[in-house]
Amino acid sequence: MTQSLGLSVATGLYGISFGALGVAAGLNLWQVIALSALMFTGGSQFAFIGVLAGGGGGGAAFGASALLGVRNAVYGMQINTLVRPGLTPLAAHVTIDESTALALSQDDPRERRLAFWATGVGIWSLWNLFTVVGAVLGEAMGDPKAWGLDGAAVAAFLGLLWPRLKGREPWALAVVAGLVTALAVPLVPAGVPILVAAVVSAAWGLWVPEPGGKNTPRVWKRGAA
Amino acid sequence: MSLWWWILIAAAVAYVTKLAGYLIPRSWLESERALRVAGCLTIGLLASLTVTNAFVSGSSVVFDARLGALAAAAIALLLRAPFLVVVLSGAAAAALLRLAGWG
Repeated sequence: MTQSLGLSVATGLYGISFGALGVAAGLNLWQVIALSALMFTGGSQFAFIGVLAGGGGGGAAFGASALLGVRNAVYGMQINTLVRPGLTPLAAHVTIDESTALALSQDDPRERRLAFWATGVGIWSLWNLFTVVGAVLGEAMGDPKAWGLDGAAVAAFLGLLWPRLKGREPWALAVVAGLVTALAVPLVPAGVPILVAAVVSAAWGLWVPEPGGKNTPRVWKRGAA
Repeated sequence: MSLWWWILIAAAVAYVTKLAGYLIPRSWLESERALRVAGCLTIGLLASLTVTNAFVSGSSVVFDARLGALAAAAIALLLRAPFLVVVLSGAAAAALLRLAGWG
């Protein structure tokens, strides 16, 4: 319970950066609030406003946010089989990185269910509260660049990526995706390079053998130790 | 189409994706291949979004104050700083570099 509360407060606090960045990206207060209340998955929300901030249109913003949300389906499956939280339509809405991680870190089935709901509902409440605070602050700030808000967005994406870069293979994939993006920028409309990188990453997942997997050549296995 | 529609459609798709995890037969999503593609997609998208926000301006790649933000955030992450501190380091680095007259 304490853990859930701590995580909710910490995660809720980045709601401030989301709110401020959303306004800086050109959304109005209600649009920023709608993203936090209804979409409610931080990575996709940041992706949506990140594409808009880069000059991309609504369609590209939608594409990036939808693809980044795919991992939530995997979480939903894990929660459904390992936690069985009940109230599926509500449980689905609060199925995100944090609630899944905390629920699965408990051993006792009752504790799992409690951790899932406490973290999910706790983060939803504080995330929305702090989104409003951030959006109001963002509106009062004036020129977002003078405050370094575009730098805050860069840091936020690196912060979301960082915990997933465990081992050599994720680093290689991240570098490839970054290079593909940079190379595509002059060639296709704004926002589309992100979708090109998504296609390349999915192809990587399909065809590059997983390090340590069954069909992995020896060299790969050694590399990823 | 107005931005409001894209916001509502994106929110609906995000919800349906979460719900699908609960409703789709386990064997579909549990295949090793599906899990791996989902994992790779997440890493690739976040890397792409990092690069876009750090180096892209319109339809060209540029190096400006945001490069400092990227470096400051990486240092904060190496020092295991909490997320909010990482974000603030990025903002401070970009703001200070601009104040100093770069980018």
